[in-house]
Amino acid sequence: MRKISLDKLQSLFAKIAENAKLYMPVDNADGSASYGEWSEGTAWSDALNTAKSPKDLFFPQTEDLMRFKTEGKNIECIDIRSEVEDFVVFGVRACDAKSFDILDRVFLSEPRDSFYAMKREKGVIISVACTRPAETCFCSAFGINAAEPTGDVSAWKTADALYLQANTEKGSKLLDSLGDILEDTSDAEVAAQKENIAKIMDKLPLKDVSTDAFGGGKTKELFDDPAWDELSSACLGCGTCTFVCPTCQCYDIKDFNTGNGVIRYRCWDSCMYSEFTRMAHGNNRLTQKERFRQRFMHKLVYYPENNDGLFSCVGCGRCVAKCPISMNIVKVMKKIGGNKGE
Amino acid sequence: MNNINDTLIPTVGVITDVRIDTPDIKTFRVVTPDGKKAFDHRPGQCAMLSIPGVGEAMFSITSSPTNTEYMEFSIKKCGCVTEWLHQAEVGQQITIRGPYGNPFPVDDVFAGKNLLFIAGGVGLAPLRSVINYCRHYRDRYGDIDIVYGSRSKADLLDYQEIIEEWSNDAGVNVHLTIDNAQPEWDGHVGFVPNYVKELGFDTNKTAVLCGPPIMIKFTLEGLIALGFDKTQVYTTLELRMKCGVGKCGRCNVGAKYVCKDGPVFRCDELEELPSEY
Repeated sequence: MRKISLDKLQSLFAKIAENAKLYMPVDNADGSASYGEWSEGTAWSDALNTAKSPKDLFFPQTEDLMRFKTEGKNIECIDIRSEVEDFVVFGVRACDAKSFDILDRVFLSEPRDSFYAMKREKGVIISVACTRPAETCFCSAFGINAAEPTGDVSAWKTADALYLQANTEKGSKLLDSLGDILEDTSDAEVAAQKENIAKIMDKLPLKDVSTDAFGGGKTKELFDDPAWDELSSACLGCGTCTFVCPTCQCYDIKDFNTGNGVIRYRCWDSCMYSEFTRMAHGNNRLTQKERFRQRFMHKLVYYPENNDGLFSCVGCGRCVAKCPISMNIVKVMKKIGGNKGE
Repeated sequence: MNNINDTLIPTVGVITDVRIDTPDIKTFRVVTPDGKKAFDHRPGQCAMLSIPGVGEAMFSITSSPTNTEYMEFSIKKCGCVTEWLHQAEVGQQITIRGPYGNPFPVDDVFAGKNLLFIAGGVGLAPLRSVINYCRHYRDRYGDIDIVYGSRSKADLLDYQEIIEEWSNDAGVNVHLTIDNAQPEWDGHVGFVPNYVKELGFDTNKTAVLCGPPIMIKFTLEGLIALGFDKTQVYTTLELRMKCGVGKCGRCNVGAKYVCKDGPVFRCDELEELPSEY
C-alpha cells in the first residue's frame, strides 16, 4: 500500500501524464461528469459516477475499422490500425471496474477482437472505492464490493490522502514508475475507510435485490413470464439504457462513403431498436416487448449461461437514473421469476 | 498492423463467373485476386461478403469443400447488398471473410447413414454444399434421397446439375416438385411438405431440411408423422448478422448465437431455444 496526500494530487496526475494519456471523471457544465483527458489544472470530479461508463475508452462509441479504395472493379483493403499509446484511466468505480471482466469475456475470447484487445493491453485502470454510494447503486447484488474495487490499481480516498495498491503487473509497473512521489504505508490506514463504506452499503435501499431467480438454464422458466407485458408496455425503445450501460456490447458495422474512398466503422447498437434484427425477409423481434425481454434475458440468463454464472450487470444504477419512463433492471428483477414479494 | 489478424478485416475476392439460375437467384464464383480459393470451409458454413460503401452480409457457401479451386454463392435478390451483387459483372472485386458457423456433421453423425435432403427455393444453396460433399465421398454414406421444390420450373436452383449429375448417381434419388402445374413440366406438382408425406420415407435416415420457415415447420411436422425423431433431423437458421463471431449480439437467440453456434441445428436443439428465430 502506498499513499499521497490529497494536496499533492495534481503532481501525481502530472507525473502519470508524463508517460501516458490520463483520463479521469471531470465535471461538465450541466452538473454531470464524464471521462476526459487530464491536462494541467484539470480537477478530478467529485461526482459519484460518470454519465457514460469508461467502456468508451476501450470500446469507443464509434471506431473506424478499416478503409477501402475502389477503382473501377478493383478494391483495395487498407488496414488503418495503429499502435495504441499507453493510457491510464483514473477514478473508475468498483462497478465499472468489474464491467471489464464481462466485456473481456466477449471481446478477448477467440477470435479476439484486436481493436479492444490492443486497448486493454495498453490501458491501466486505477479504480477508486466509493465513499458515497447512491441510492440507485446495487453492485452488491452482483457480488461487487464497493470498498474493494478491482482494476490494475485500487485506490481509496480519505479526508486527507489517496491510498493506492497495485493488483496486476501493469499496475505495479505504473506505481513503481511514479518514484518517490508516493510513500509506503500499511494496509491498516484504509481499514476504517473500508468499514465505513460497508456500513453505507448496508443501508442502501436496493441492496437486497436478489439474483436467485436468474442465471443459466432459466430460459424456459422466465421467457414466457406474463410480467414481461406489463414491464415493457411503456418502453419507448430509446436505447438510453444500453448506451449508458457499462456491459452492453452490441455493435453495428457500417460503411461511410467519404467521396474519396470508404471507411468501415463500428458503432454501439442497441437490442432495444426495431432495426436491430430486421432482415430482408422479416424481423424476428417485431414488438418492443420482445426487444425489451431480450435485453434483460441476455444480461440475467443467456450471458451467465455462457460465462460460468457471471451476470452481465454490475449494478451501477445508470439505467435506473436515466430511463425516461423509470423502467430498469431492478424492477425487472423484482417482478420476474417469482421475485415478486420485494 | 497487418501482422495481427482480425476476423472483421476481410480480404479481396474476385467474381470470376456469374450464373443466372432463376429469375431472382444468381450463383457467383469467387476466388482471391491471385486465383486461389479464399479459405477452406466445411459443408454448411458461411462467409461474409461485402461491397465497400454498400454493405456486408452473410451467405452460405454453396460449393462443396471438395472443390479446391473456388467458392460459389447462390444469392437471391432481396436487399441492398444482393441487389448490387446481381448487377455485378465478371471481374468485379468484392470482400470476403470467413468461414463462419458450424458445419453439418458429415464426418461423424452422417457417416454410414441413409440421408434425406429436403429443400425449398433458395434453401438448396446450403444443402448443395453438403450434397456434393456426400456425393464426392459416396462410399461413406448410404442411400441419398433429395426432395427439392420451388414455385415453378424456372425457380429451381442448380437445375442442370440436378438433372445431369445428381439424378445419374447410383443410390441417389432426386424428387423434384413445383408449386403449380405448368405446360413444360411433367414432374410432381405440389408443396414440399405434402410431397414428403406422399413419398412416405422410411425412418432409417438422417434428414436435413432447409427452406422458408413455413416450409421447415410443415415438413418437420410431416417427418414426425412419418415416425422420425427430432434428433434425426437437421436444419439451418438465418438471422441478421454483423460480426459473424458471436460478439455483435445481433443473431443471439437464447444462449446461442446463430453465427457461431449455428447455422446448423438439430431439431431437438431448437426446442431448447425461445421461439424467436
